[in-house]
Amino acid sequence: MSPRKGSQGRAKVVVEFEGVNKWFGDFHVLKDINLRVRERDRVVICGPSGSGKSTLIRCINRLEEHQEGRIVVDGHEIGNDPKSVAAVRREVGMVFQQFNLFPHLTVLENCMLGPTKVRGLSKAEARDRAMQYLARVRIPEQADKYPGQLSGGQQQRVAIARSLCMQPRIMLFDEPTSALDPEMIKEVLDVMADLAQSGMTMLVVTHEMGFARTVADEMVFMDEGSIVESAPPERFFTNPENDRSKLFLSQILSH
Amino acid sequence: MASHRKRLRLNWIDCTVFAVLIAATAYVGYRVGSVLEYRWDWSGIWDYLYRWDEDQQRWVANLLMQGLYTTLRLAVWGIALAAIVGVVFGIMRTWRRLFPRMLSRAYVELVRNIPPLVFVFIFYFFISSQVMPLLGVEEYIRDASPGTLAWLEVLFGPPNLIPNVISGVLCLAMLEGAYVTEIVRAGIQSVPKTQVEAGFSVGLSRWQLMQHVILPQAVQRVVPPLAGQFITLVKDSSIVSLISVQELTYLAVETAVSTSRIFEVWIIVAALYFGVCFSCAVLFNRLEKRMAVRGQ
Repeated sequence: MSPRKGSQGRAKVVVEFEGVNKWFGDFHVLKDINLRVRERDRVVICGPSGSGKSTLIRCINRLEEHQEGRIVVDGHEIGNDPKSVAAVRREVGMVFQQFNLFPHLTVLENCMLGPTKVRGLSKAEARDRAMQYLARVRIPEQADKYPGQLSGGQQQRVAIARSLCMQPRIMLFDEPTSALDPEMIKEVLDVMADLAQSGMTMLVVTHEMGFARTVADEMVFMDEGSIVESAPPERFFTNPENDRSKLFLSQILSH
Repeated sequence: MASHRKRLRLNWIDCTVFAVLIAATAYVGYRVGSVLEYRWDWSGIWDYLYRWDEDQQRWVANLLMQGLYTTLRLAVWGIALAAIVGVVFGIMRTWRRLFPRMLSRAYVELVRNIPPLVFVFIFYFFISSQVMPLLGVEEYIRDASPGTLAWLEVLFGPPNLIPNVISGVLCLAMLEGAYVTEIVRAGIQSVPKTQVEAGFSVGLSRWQLMQHVILPQAVQRVVPPLAGQFITLVKDSSIVSLISVQELTYLAVETAVSTSRIFEVWIIVAALYFGVCFSCAVLFNRLEKRMAVRGQ
């Protein structure tokens, strides 16, 4: 898409995993993860279910704790220091599979909560900003409804707007279209593609390979808790090196 | 919504049930009259609600209505305080740290596993000997200006009985607060964990999360059980008659003894309690419906 290949070497590293390991009880979910994401990178993480993709991105804003290794996000090492975790959460937006909007607040209030309480914006400023991002995800007319009155696709777009209202430096997407009916997937992917176009740093866990192919500039393939292969999309889709990647692609692209 | 009402129709089962009920009531009345040789006498008993004051030339509340007012004051303050106690301990109950969790658990288990009467006796001793002097209520009332006293009288009843009423309120609040704590805890824990994650991901701190995301949703969910608990509190307020708080039950005992019209007095008192509790139930029902509409 944009000609940023050459500049990648100079862009700042904003997310870095160094030898990260994590266990759920006896289950080794993340095995020796090493990953670098630079500013304005669009990284798509794929792999079979249970391979640790979601866990990996949830470690970035400390929704999951890792036990070994180092994760540095935007200059803050993620650990037991609540201050750095708070700082990271302010700068990292997240979109969930199940949208997770606040059901007791209107769409507008959902978008205003973070900016007013965390960023200290006035109500008027937060409202302006919320309307601006709701327009960007193309649902400004739904501002006064409650989440329960919206379709899944609309809810997910609100969730994206809610994150963007915090003006984050990094956006995480955890299977954002997996809970959607097929006809609503496109509206969400379009919004995400727009966002990528604008230069947002994005980490996306998804099975939407069409989206990955056009938007990603790095594909990360995970299996059984490890990063098996990491390559630009043109190479990953046409000429994957690893046998497991080949198998996964043949399964997911065969229909 | 639907504009037409369901038509009220009686079938033969309803009629039979009614007939049986009427017969049973009549039989009980007959047995009370004949076997106990109870002589019903409703005349004059109404003066114990309101009596005509010759000096002031107006109707004034007599024992039973004074008792009802005190009961209402106990209920209002008791509910407010029990709600505060319940929310604070309820939040502590879901705390990450062990100590607040343990403290809250200990309080709840202590209250729930001791008969309310026993709890009130013990707690009252503690209140009257320790808490009341500490609060300095009596000194405050003694030094209060007439204007303040007028306000206090509206809020807490006759000045000389204020320490008495406050003891009752504290007992009730500590008693019912334990049950409210459990309800609040259940409400907090019923909010899905994904809401916590969503709140964290927009940068909210734990307190902000509790205040703006968890508690509002929890409250919505616990309105029905909470309403039930508050109505229970109104009824349980009769317990504090045993520590000489001069509320409805306490004054009913006095009236019944002095007039020896036991059934009449207690039936009137039952009707008064019923009126208060039933109105509360209707009120909470409305509130619940309105909240349900707002939260779709």
